[in-house]
Amino acid sequence: MIFGLTFPEAAVIGLLFAAIQFGAMIYLASLGEMIAERAGVLNLGVEGMMAMGAVGGFVFAIETGNPWLGLLAAAVIGGAVAMIHGLFAVVLGANQVVSGLALTIFGVGLANFWGTDYEGLRPEVQFVDVDWGPLSDISWIGRILFQQSPLAYSAVLLGCLTWFVLNRTRGGLALRAAGESAATADAAGHSVLGLRLFAVAIGGAFAGIGGAYLSLSISPGWTVGVVAGRGWIAVALVIFGAWKVRRVALGAFLFGLAMALPNRTESFDLPWDPILWSMLPYILTIAVMIAGALVLRNRPPPAPAALGLPFRREER
Amino acid sequence: MDAAPLAVELKGIWKRFPGVVANAGTELTVKRGSIHAVLGENGAGKSTLMNVLAGVYRPEEGEVRLFGERVVFANPADALAAGVGMVHQEFRLVPTFTVAENVVLGAADRVLNMGAVERRVAELAGQFSLDVDPQRHIWQLSMGERQRVEILKALWRDAEILILDEPTAVLTPNEADELGLVIRRMANDGRSVIFISHKLHEVKQYCDEATVLRGGKTVAASMPVADLTPQQLAELMVGEATEAALRPEPRQAGEQLLSVQNLCALNNRSLEALSNISLSVHAGEIVGIAGVAGNGQRELSDVIAGLRESTSGTVTLFGEDITTATPRQRFRAGLSYIPEDRVGVGLAPQLSVTDNAILRSYREHTRGPLIAVDRAKAFCADVVDSFKVRTGSLDQRIAGLSGGNLQRLLVGRELTAEPSVIVASQPTRGLDVQGVKAIQELLIDARNEGLGVLMISEDLDELLAISDRIIVMHEGQIAAEYEGADADRSAIGLAMAGESP
Repeated sequence: MIFGLTFPEAAVIGLLFAAIQFGAMIYLASLGEMIAERAGVLNLGVEGMMAMGAVGGFVFAIETGNPWLGLLAAAVIGGAVAMIHGLFAVVLGANQVVSGLALTIFGVGLANFWGTDYEGLRPEVQFVDVDWGPLSDISWIGRILFQQSPLAYSAVLLGCLTWFVLNRTRGGLALRAAGESAATADAAGHSVLGLRLFAVAIGGAFAGIGGAYLSLSISPGWTVGVVAGRGWIAVALVIFGAWKVRRVALGAFLFGLAMALPNRTESFDLPWDPILWSMLPYILTIAVMIAGALVLRNRPPPAPAALGLPFRREER
Repeated sequence: MDAAPLAVELKGIWKRFPGVVANAGTELTVKRGSIHAVLGENGAGKSTLMNVLAGVYRPEEGEVRLFGERVVFANPADALAAGVGMVHQEFRLVPTFTVAENVVLGAADRVLNMGAVERRVAELAGQFSLDVDPQRHIWQLSMGERQRVEILKALWRDAEILILDEPTAVLTPNEADELGLVIRRMANDGRSVIFISHKLHEVKQYCDEATVLRGGKTVAASMPVADLTPQQLAELMVGEATEAALRPEPRQAGEQLLSVQNLCALNNRSLEALSNISLSVHAGEIVGIAGVAGNGQRELSDVIAGLRESTSGTVTLFGEDITTATPRQRFRAGLSYIPEDRVGVGLAPQLSVTDNAILRSYREHTRGPLIAVDRAKAFCADVVDSFKVRTGSLDQRIAGLSGGNLQRLLVGRELTAEPSVIVASQPTRGLDVQGVKAIQELLIDARNEGLGVLMISEDLDELLAISDRIIVMHEGQIAAEYEGADADRSAIGLAMAGESP
């Protein structure tokens, strides 16, 4: 007992397992948003792209009988939907906030429409948790870290890959330059438009994979509203993580905890109704936004300097 | 090929923009291994011509030859690949990147090994004695250092031809001399440097040859600088013999009008921008504030005009404390302000000439609660006439007016209010020779009529010409103060750089 709370072993293991599961899911979406933002494009369509990924992944997994094909479809669909934002916000230079919000509304609506016939279906295909042999048998750690869905490990892999590409390659340097000072990247001979479209497409693909994680692994199946605002959490997480791969990962785990807790209030004997606890991640999101604004008030922001600014080559 | 082949030949370049012909058959030839000045007033077509050479603009007619071969550039990257590098007036650097990252941005290995990259950048910098640390971030650097990074970028891309667009505008005199040494070293290395300027003494000091443009045409091509006097260069630029620099009659200053005591203020990033500034302006004198951009001049003028709060200290006008007065109260008390951003702070670009003219005094042109349009127009017509603002109509949006006309309108509006003190921040920046002269004359007239003028300028020659006293600011403090007559150019230069003379 600590502070009058009980911590039954099974409940703690379950909580940490779920925290990593939710965290990895949200991390995928956040990572994608971070890549787009590092290139200078704010995409508020994450929620819509996740919804499309969730329904598309589920439908393709059922129709092909293979969850991996479902996952591939989710990534392609997420990237394709993101290109709507790419067209308006990047190519045509429209307001990124408006275009992103429209994408969320459109994506969620289309996903609900597409999913009508699949609602409530119990899928035979879903991702099976990976068995790491002896590692998986270690007490505590084995269950928490080594019996996760393959998607959790892919999140870690994609995180490492993203870090390497952004910080250790020519392309990553150019992409970051496009987000910090588009005119500079342009003058150096890089295609700002190309870099930004690429970043938005990758962001969409990652969000699609995050959505498929929900519909093919965490709670297999499709129901309307399965994404439940997590796309917005992903956007907040990028700010929380100060546009850094590793800090976003840390934030994802914390938000994962906040998302996993409401289902387990009884095991921990927590006061109040579970419904109240399920508000936690969203309250945390608002708190992060406010805290971020306060901390940054008198400091140069860590945000990419050209974030949200359309680029057009200057011609007199 | 002969012994000294031509690095650059621009032949019969035509480039038009809506309403303007920027280049009308402009010619330019630059020898290999020489420093070549391109001179001209604002609007002479220098920048456009250089942007053609650097691949930013495509000429409508004419040809570009490098080392005797004809080239056509679709974009700046093409030009860079062909060996033409350009350092623009606004630096193209990523502030959050390190020096090394900025240098290699356009030409890096697929996978970066930053340690090795930094070593190679340091080596290259050493080769040309460019003093800059590859690991530092751009935002930490002075303007002079940033310029060195831009030059390094061009060298990294192995530019044979380097274009510098008014490179000394952001430098202290000493930094400018250092730049002179760097480009001389590059020329000795066999590279060609094109040096755009309208400062004659620099051209004499740093360049081998000069080409003068006027109205988009070449009026003098590749003249050896050594044989020319600044007067000759000036005549070629302006097209007529210029009078000697304006200099007001020395006179006894009158009573103290504006006084600033121990003034402190923060900049937009909440860092201290002014620390303990004390100065005063008397009737019938022009007090010049010299300094490199960003040493608190902007904050000083903002605080005096009431656009920025001070953290401590006082501002008094006619002995009355106006430290907390609103801009309008100050204006009514006799303080006029010509802000650095003439469009934006001084004038509203989307409003008409009339609306801008009455921005300060609209309360005097009313009938009941409404603006009396006829009276406002009459007032505006008066300003336009007396200050020779060239405008199509009074209802025209001012966005279409040239810089010189905008400034005449702004100065006219502020002087028509019959102030006793006028604070003018960079009032002649960006104007052509005629425009500069007109504004300077207006300020001198105001002084002769007994007004106190506080003039902030980055152009030291201008301050030396028209100020009765010169105050040098450095890092938010007053570094030195001189009487106009015995002010020494090099001593002021040292003070601007933060070194005690």
